Amino acid sequence: MPLRHKYCYKFMCSSLGQELIEKDIKELGLTRVVVAACSPHLHENTFRTACANAGLNPYLCELVSIREQVSWVHNDKVAATTKSQAVVAGGVERVIHNESLEPLKVPIHADTLVVGGGIAGIQAALEIADAGYHVYLVEREPTIGGHMAQFDKTFPTLDCAACILTPKMVQAGSHPNITLHTWSEVENVDGYVGNFTVTVRKKARYVNTDTCTGCGICWEKCPKKVVDEVYEAGFGIRKAIYTPFPQAVPKYPVIDKENCIYFIKGTCKACEKFCPTEPNSINFEQNDEVVEIQVGNIVLATGYDLFDPERIPQYNYKKLDNVFTSLEFERMCNASGPTDGKIVLRDGKTPPKAVGIIHCVGSRDKNYNAYCSSICCMQSLKFAHLVMERTDAEVYNFYIDMRTNFKDYEEFYQRILEEGGHFVRGKVAEVTDAVRFPGEEGKLIIQAEDTLIGKQRRIPVDMVILSSAMEPRHDAQEVGKQFGIACGASGWYIERHPKLDPVATMTDGIFIAGCVQGPKDIPATVSQGAAAAARILGRIQQGEIALEPIRASVNEEQCSGCRICNDLCPFNAILFHEDKMVSEINPALCQGCGTCVAACPAGAISGTGFSNEQIMAQINGLLLLDVGDETIPA
Amino acid sequence: MTEQFEPTIIGFTCNWCSYRAADLAGTARLKYPPNIRLIRLMCSGRLDPSFVFKALAKGADGVMITGCHPGECHYLEQNYKALRRFLLIRRTLKGFGIEPERVKLVWASAAEGVKFASETTSFVEEIRELGPLNWGKASGNGGKPASEKEAEQLETEVAA
Repeated sequence: MPLRHKYCYKFMCSSLGQELIEKDIKELGLTRVVVAACSPHLHENTFRTACANAGLNPYLCELVSIREQVSWVHNDKVAATTKSQAVVAGGVERVIHNESLEPLKVPIHADTLVVGGGIAGIQAALEIADAGYHVYLVEREPTIGGHMAQFDKTFPTLDCAACILTPKMVQAGSHPNITLHTWSEVENVDGYVGNFTVTVRKKARYVNTDTCTGCGICWEKCPKKVVDEVYEAGFGIRKAIYTPFPQAVPKYPVIDKENCIYFIKGTCKACEKFCPTEPNSINFEQNDEVVEIQVGNIVLATGYDLFDPERIPQYNYKKLDNVFTSLEFERMCNASGPTDGKIVLRDGKTPPKAVGIIHCVGSRDKNYNAYCSSICCMQSLKFAHLVMERTDAEVYNFYIDMRTNFKDYEEFYQRILEEGGHFVRGKVAEVTDAVRFPGEEGKLIIQAEDTLIGKQRRIPVDMVILSSAMEPRHDAQEVGKQFGIACGASGWYIERHPKLDPVATMTDGIFIAGCVQGPKDIPATVSQGAAAAARILGRIQQGEIALEPIRASVNEEQCSGCRICNDLCPFNAILFHEDKMVSEINPALCQGCGTCVAACPAGAISGTGFSNEQIMAQINGLLLLDVGDETIPA
Repeated sequence: MTEQFEPTIIGFTCNWCSYRAADLAGTARLKYPPNIRLIRLMCSGRLDPSFVFKALAKGADGVMITGCHPGECHYLEQNYKALRRFLLIRRTLKGFGIEPERVKLVWASAAEGVKFASETTSFVEEIRELGPLNWGKASGNGGKPASEKEAEQLETEVAA
């Protein structure tokens, strides 16, 4: 096929550039188009649309990358230009074999699954439910609310976290369009965008939610006290039958089987004895329930884990009593927490006279996490304010850099400075109780270099708060695999585009919101939850989605019925017809990976978009040595 | 030989990971030698071993196959099939009397632009050590213009 027309244009992706292509297709009757420009992941759609506008099937257009993969990565201009020529030649040879294709249209199931009932998940669920579509909200813990429910105040406004969160929890809990599955986990995800089948395991609560009124007598009477590692961050206790906190949604308690005396010893049943409902709501015979739900889109909002500061031995967390994590301190400040909101030492009564707050614990440290955890500076400033408000203690902040870069954050920092907080710029070397100087007896000594005055300092305090980093969930990898998405180098889920598409993922139909994508504060989390919802609503309203028509198909004439391909397909898209002794591919299930195409010994399977002919021709083009030839563009 | 041998390498990349890693390397302006030319596949599982032989027969001195890390395949597990074929390709090459090291398998996620660039750089070095394959009609022009006349023409174009 002769090259009919070629030209250089600086901004081919501009409207004028596209018009040029359209004009030439129409006037010169072009049947194929190759654009040598940026990566197809950026502008492929632009040029395909231009072709479609001119009446040419969009799949007859090929975009080859000479920017990301040539001009931006090579210094040797001559060699880079030769490579560009080869890349263009590859595209030209390939496009000859491109076929006209029609996008596959699949219907979008109007229901949505939101995994994770923190503020990100709640926001996403409410936005979709308010628009009139059904949402399943699945949460691992007995209640929705997530980390935000554990906090006392939120920076920089010092709103009470519960006061702004619980109305949303109640709304989500009572919304006619939201089905809550708490104390539940996603077990399996099958299908593809528009049509997922999700298996959810509802763990046995041992409480009948149809009759339970949430009166709370059961947990009052339960004789077994358990350290609450989740909601109270190990700082407080709960019972073996419990709701994590009074405003829990739903209100029904769960029995923690591992710690319940009846499940361990076979006697007790205090909860059952005292349950006032008729019939009794406690049911020790309850089993896990497995439900299957159909959804069109999924939002993953499973949040973060807190960095365990025990991993930094020199901070002596858990070895020295009065070293606290940020979450423990949040619980301490909370009026409904273990100390009723009093800031006191581990003994439960002594108010501290001096408090040290250490920033960047487990973040901005290449031994642990290289990234900035983004919220710890503001959180530490909030802690400083709370300590100064509620006690007479002096507060020392140990920071590397102060990062207060969102609306009203810097003003909050200034406020803490004016309130008399002390700031030491330097990374803390050690927290110790080993006395070296008089006056340090009975104190915790924070040893740090003050980089602003260039001196080592030892500051004796009574209480140390470690502003721990956010970390990806310990099971983020496995969960990601379940949903077909991957984690980046730091363990956070990879978004489709770091700037322009921070809520979608590489897997169509799976969206991410909140800290699963990276550390962020509450406003950013809420925005992302809402953004994910907006993306999904747009799709639901379209009713169907166009998929790339990259699919495999079997030529029955050539198929020998060897069945090699049958076991290769992870999506079970290949059926074997025993009667005809041939295999057939279900285009609705085929995802277009092409593994079967490569495996067929008879060459009976062809893959649209990436056919053997196309790839062989591209190899030829890339290796054409006589680049001066007439048929190759210069 | 006074002039350094410049190999030509064909890279087969997966649309979901390594092709994006190559894009990322570009966005981050990382540098690697221009000897590699990429072909995008939807998955490393699409790699038909004959593509590799074809590339080598047509003048490539080496082939780099890249895919998602084990367990991270966009299509669940197809990169494992690429791994099996890779081993098979290497054995077949050995049978042909060709150094199996001319084919390399690299796992690179979409976030690993740095890895993509460094693996490419080291592979070019490895192939340079092995020397030209000389299977097809010619090889070893990778990155260099075919004739002197053309080289001059290019120089002037690039300068302009």
